[in-house]
Amino acid sequence: MSKKIVATTSLAGCFGCHMSLLDIDERILDLIELVEFNKSPIDDIKTFTKQCDIGIIEGGCCNSENVHVLKEFRKNCKILVSVGECAIMGGLPALRNGIDIKECIDEAYLNGPTAKIGNPEGILPNDDELPMILDKVYPCHEIVKIDYFLPGCAPRADLIWNALVALVTGNALELPYEVVKFD
Amino acid sequence: MTKKITIEPVTRVEGHGKVTIHQDENLNIAQSRLHIVEFRGFERFVQGRPYWEAPVLVQRLCGICPVSHHLAAAKALDVIVGAGTGDGLTPTGEKMRRLMHYGQMFQSHSLHFFHLAAPDLLFGYDADPAIRNVIGLAITPEFKGLAVQAVMMRKFGQEIIRATAGKKVHGTGAIPGGINKHLTQAEKDEFLHGKDPLNIDKMIEWAQASVDLFKGYHKANAEFIDNFSVFPSNHLSLVRKDGALDLYHGVLRAVDSEGKRILNDVDYQDYGKYIAEEVRSWSYMKFPFLIDLGKEKGWYRVGPLARLNTCDFIPTPMAQKEFEIYKAYTNGKPNNMCMHMHWARLIELLHSAEMIKELLNDPDLMSGELTTKGQKRKEGVGLIEAPRGTLFHHYAINDDDQITMANLIVSTTNNNEPMNQGVNFVAKKMMTGQKEITEGMRNAVEVVIRAYDPCLSCATHALGKMPLDIKLIDNNDEVISELKS
Ligand code: SF4
Repeated sequence: MSKKIVATTSLAGCFGCHMSLLDIDERILDLIELVEFNKSPIDDIKTFTKQCDIGIIEGGCCNSENVHVLKEFRKNCKILVSVGECAIMGGLPALRNGIDIKECIDEAYLNGPTAKIGNPEGILPNDDELPMILDKVYPCHEIVKIDYFLPGCAPRADLIWNALVALVTGNALELPYEVVKFD
Repeated sequence: MTKKITIEPVTRVEGHGKVTIHQDENLNIAQSRLHIVEFRGFERFVQGRPYWEAPVLVQRLCGICPVSHHLAAAKALDVIVGAGTGDGLTPTGEKMRRLMHYGQMFQSHSLHFFHLAAPDLLFGYDADPAIRNVIGLAITPEFKGLAVQAVMMRKFGQEIIRATAGKKVHGTGAIPGGINKHLTQAEKDEFLHGKDPLNIDKMIEWAQASVDLFKGYHKANAEFIDNFSVFPSNHLSLVRKDGALDLYHGVLRAVDSEGKRILNDVDYQDYGKYIAEEVRSWSYMKFPFLIDLGKEKGWYRVGPLARLNTCDFIPTPMAQKEFEIYKAYTNGKPNNMCMHMHWARLIELLHSAEMIKELLNDPDLMSGELTTKGQKRKEGVGLIEAPRGTLFHHYAINDDDQITMANLIVSTTNNNEPMNQGVNFVAKKMMTGQKEITEGMRNAVEVVIRAYDPCLSCATHALGKMPLDIKLIDNNDEVISELKS
């Protein structure tokens, strides 16, 4: 059996879901027997070098860059999995959804006690190199089709492991009650 | 013609950034910038939340060292609930938190060095990207043992976190005024005498071996390690009141590149008197500086390199021995060589393992009062030495116990100017006179960022994330060479 190819990315997430993936610990050595990693922040591959079987998405979309990357993943991966609360429903960053983005920016760059003193000119980040911030933080499935969802913040390592093995081997996924958690 | 080079995303740097490098008509480097392209808005959206949520909310800035945010927030709230600053907690409260923190240091330093930085050293920064990573280590027979060791060291640290915080990523152990659980006898026995290799003695042995590995590498590659990126700077960190290295609590000290004190052991509740943040239009990450010295001269480094420059000694024997060797290399002067950050990091790894052992043998972890409180206050500041440097949390609340103000200066933000300086240094060295960027050049730029921080994700709490593009831009603002993510 040829190895399945896996790519991963972190959009508007905190990398906690990637850390939870690493928390499969010594099973990571089994994992690299089963799969080949392509584009991922864990390695140094920055662009898709081939079509992938499984794309693991951490984080929702908070700027134009996230949307672009997510669409690239949809194009290049047969199966997309939203891993964690941020990818599934925006997660903690989506707490800003009820607030005007201008207020968030003013608080960070103008009103905060240390910025107030250090930024008397009232400069705001606005360079062309910076991607556009979206009005809200969007869950991934509102941007592209997502095939599977793994809940948790972060999802337990065992849940990620079981799901990956099931996807790679084509066996049915067993989800004991204890591994599915929503915090 | 100025050329512009962009690198994005920075991989094996957890978080999202982008580098642009401008060349003038003679192909000299006119300007380099590390842009942080994410913004989150935490400072605003935590307003109105009940204060006790802060330790669990704000750690979601960064899943790589959530414990640091968890504890910095808890320390700020200790002040608010009247439990004092750091030394006011019950012995159990303080020691359980310290165990959590040193467990975090241990896992994070292992991850940073082995998973993220070592591949560049062992394979070379211009090696094939497909192999230049921790998976590459695991499938290369020569390095497989090291990869297994890296995985097990990280696992041990994560298990300590689970036992103290309740969960490996985003735990709930620290609460305002203390901690919510004891360590059990079974957990203690497991950490002290667990099956090989998962016990503390093995971890200390491996940590010492990691320091030796680096020293051996340094001996063989001194030219590269010493000169890859070196520039003078100020250095800032917490130190214990007696000048010892302390990663959990202390007073704020800064020294200049020659070792002169420029911030003399001040109380961090007053941080606002000493530190301000500049904003530049091209990055979502702010630029902190010491007010006294001003924007130009007041920037400083934080993290392992800075900590070993500010502290006078390390209060555990094996790490102290290594500290003496390390200090002797620069004749006791502050060390300004970026790649020595890894050396300093591994000495701290050893120190953390020694601290974990000391704490595990302390009976206070298994019984005693968990929390304390006193006269309620409206405002509090919590500082901690996160794996990548000093982390500031500052909150104010109203009569309804809702947060009304949150100010966060994360480790990576403190290192913003040094990382920009480092990028500029490497760009000048490697790209002057070059018309095209090679993969090796791009990675060289990333290597210097990685020395500080694989953790740009937390710095972007301010909005936006960081893939590293590298663009070479000419003086007509035309992009002439580009490596994209
Ligand atoms: S789901 Fe939780 S752990 Fe995962 S990226 Fe979001 S905040 Fe981090």
